Amino acid sequence: MTAQDDVGYHARQQARWRLSEVAFWVLVLACALLFPSRYLIMTDILRLALFALSLDLILGYAGVVSLGHAAFFGIGAYSAGLLALHGIVPEPVLALFVAGLIATVVGFLTSFLVIRGVDLTRLMVTLGIALLLEALAERFSNITGGSDGLQGIEMQPILGLFAFDMFGKVGFFYCLTVLFILFLLARRIVHSPFGLSLRAIRNNPLRAAAIGIPVNRRLIAIYTLSAFYAGIAGALFTQTTALASLDVFSFEKSADLMLVLVIGGTGYLYGGLIGAVVFKMLQEIFQTITPQYWLFWIGLVLVVIVLVGRPRMHRWALWLPNLVIRRFAGRKAVVAVPERDGP
Amino acid sequence: MSFRTGLLSLAATGIALAVAAGAAPASAQESVKIGLILPMTGGQASTGKQIDNAVKLYMQQKGDTVAGRKIEIILKDDGAVPDNTKRIAQELIVNEKVNFIAGFGVTPAALAAAPLATQGKIPQIVMAAGTSIITERSPYIVRTSFTLAQSSTIIGDWAARNGIKKVATLTSDYAPGNDALNFFKQNFTAGGGEIVEEVKVPLANPDFAPFLQRMKDAKPDAVFVFVPAGQGGNFMKQYAERGLDKSGIRVIGPGDVMDDDLLNNMGDAALGTVTAHHYSAAHPSAMNKEFVAAYKKAYGNRPGFMAVSGYDGIHMIYEALKKTGGKTDGDALVAAMKGMKWESPRGPISIDPETRDIVQNIYIRKVEKVDGELYNVEFATFEAVKDSGKTKK
Repeated sequence: MTAQDDVGYHARQQARWRLSEVAFWVLVLACALLFPSRYLIMTDILRLALFALSLDLILGYAGVVSLGHAAFFGIGAYSAGLLALHGIVPEPVLALFVAGLIATVVGFLTSFLVIRGVDLTRLMVTLGIALLLEALAERFSNITGGSDGLQGIEMQPILGLFAFDMFGKVGFFYCLTVLFILFLLARRIVHSPFGLSLRAIRNNPLRAAAIGIPVNRRLIAIYTLSAFYAGIAGALFTQTTALASLDVFSFEKSADLMLVLVIGGTGYLYGGLIGAVVFKMLQEIFQTITPQYWLFWIGLVLVVIVLVGRPRMHRWALWLPNLVIRRFAGRKAVVAVPERDGP
Repeated sequence: MSFRTGLLSLAATGIALAVAAGAAPASAQESVKIGLILPMTGGQASTGKQIDNAVKLYMQQKGDTVAGRKIEIILKDDGAVPDNTKRIAQELIVNEKVNFIAGFGVTPAALAAAPLATQGKIPQIVMAAGTSIITERSPYIVRTSFTLAQSSTIIGDWAARNGIKKVATLTSDYAPGNDALNFFKQNFTAGGGEIVEEVKVPLANPDFAPFLQRMKDAKPDAVFVFVPAGQGGNFMKQYAERGLDKSGIRVIGPGDVMDDDLLNNMGDAALGTVTAHHYSAAHPSAMNKEFVAAYKKAYGNRPGFMAVSGYDGIHMIYEALKKTGGKTDGDALVAAMKGMKWESPRGPISIDPETRDIVQNIYIRKVEKVDGELYNVEFATFEAVKDSGKTKK
């Protein structure tokens, strides 16, 4: 067996669908059917999950840090809003795609700035781009509505069939479908040879270059793709809320995204999804308990999460399932590995 | 089953449990529920806190039962972000089955919730946001705060009649700011005044220094200022730092900049500022004295104009429920509110039956020192001012 075959074999092994992944999506769908009164918060979670997925693509797979990912989210959001408001592309699915493409173009153009630096400079550059766009959106308030936001967006029915309803049902399933399709795409990409080469770059760019991986081109490609994902997330935001305001570009948006990945972990695609759920639920629970001081509690929980460390929490969380597995399946207990170094 | 697969299933179960926990059980239909959506965090938090305090104070004073039904307040924080407002309003209407939605710290938030009020036939009580168009966005919106047009037209007339010829304007660049600017300009220039410099500052950027420098160079008789409640303190601080208080340029404007909440900490630079507004903590009525004393006792500081809007908002809800005999039909409640008249701490007020907007006295006030504290002391009254933002149409 040549080395290439060996790599290919392992990659294919990795790319296989596991039972637990299927179980995850089935449970997501079950949630959708079980809690018809919570569509709105669940839609919010899905949008955040897709957005986090987009950051995970560059952070978890290519090791590119970004504190300005809201830039693409915002571009997508305003594009979708303007397309709908002026009736340029009234059909939501098509508009979603166009908005994603606009974000892609911006992502491609800014990627050249981002690949030039290393971590710290990248943080600054990405942050700068987001701030720049926010300032532009505020300056050109005749187009964007400025601090008042884009008002009066009316969404057409999806594919001319499903109208957005007050309970958020259509919006939810729309978001879920989009998230699932894009997740499949992302999954396919990260398990492809292209995805493997990204991981090589993440682990050691010099060595990756030495074995013939075109580092810069790969980084540009994944950054652009990530911008597309973020743009789609932003467009979904506008389409399901019929609003776009300056907050879509805000630093908090990018920072929250980092927190989501801190909670969920990077480099295995589900990190953003799980993180989004945990983050939003924490927010929702604390907001209900104390509308005034919830930020304090969120902060405290995050500090605790970082102090305790994810692996240890995972171990605690998995204690019961492990016990069950040992008892009934007779298998060895599962072992915790950090996601990044996992196969 | 590897570690990660275990984590996945666990997470999914977690979602299920968490969502289930979040879906609060619907309580008995007995109580009347009011969803109070306010910015309790972020830059507009002072607005939210004042309104929340005032509502709590009112319910302490008047009891929490009206027309045989218990009143239940569900307070939610939207951080003044409109999409949060919309989601929260939607959830309150759909899940909690609230009978009123109230609060709304900023105009975009009030506008975002308007279609939901219409769809759900739920009265929407606007307790803060002050753009004229708000009440036109839904037949279920009733406002107990104020409109920028009310105070800006009055101060425009007053300035033109009181020897102010040249004015530079500094307004926050969003809907209420533009309302304030346009209505001031219209009345001021009609009275023979001249606008020499027009500056719009970003809402989210409370650094006024560069704008103040331009003001100083333009050498106007006065500068007309609108910044939202909460930013006034910062403005006056920078105004004094730049030495504008000694340059003979006066500050005029709608009363938002001289919010009672912050006024006392602004220092002597604020002395002599003339503003037009619907409420001052120094309003000389017995009712107001009582209100201010009770508020001070409960929360340690004096109420501002946001507090009084919240106080009147909850009062209006109580009175409407009394009129309908505790029935919570949206149309009946709005009908009960139309034309309602009452005595508020700010003076006599009523709800315009046609526009569902507030009709109130606008007072011209000057900042003076009373017992060592800064107050807006009223010296002229314009009675029963309607929102000219709509009557003009």
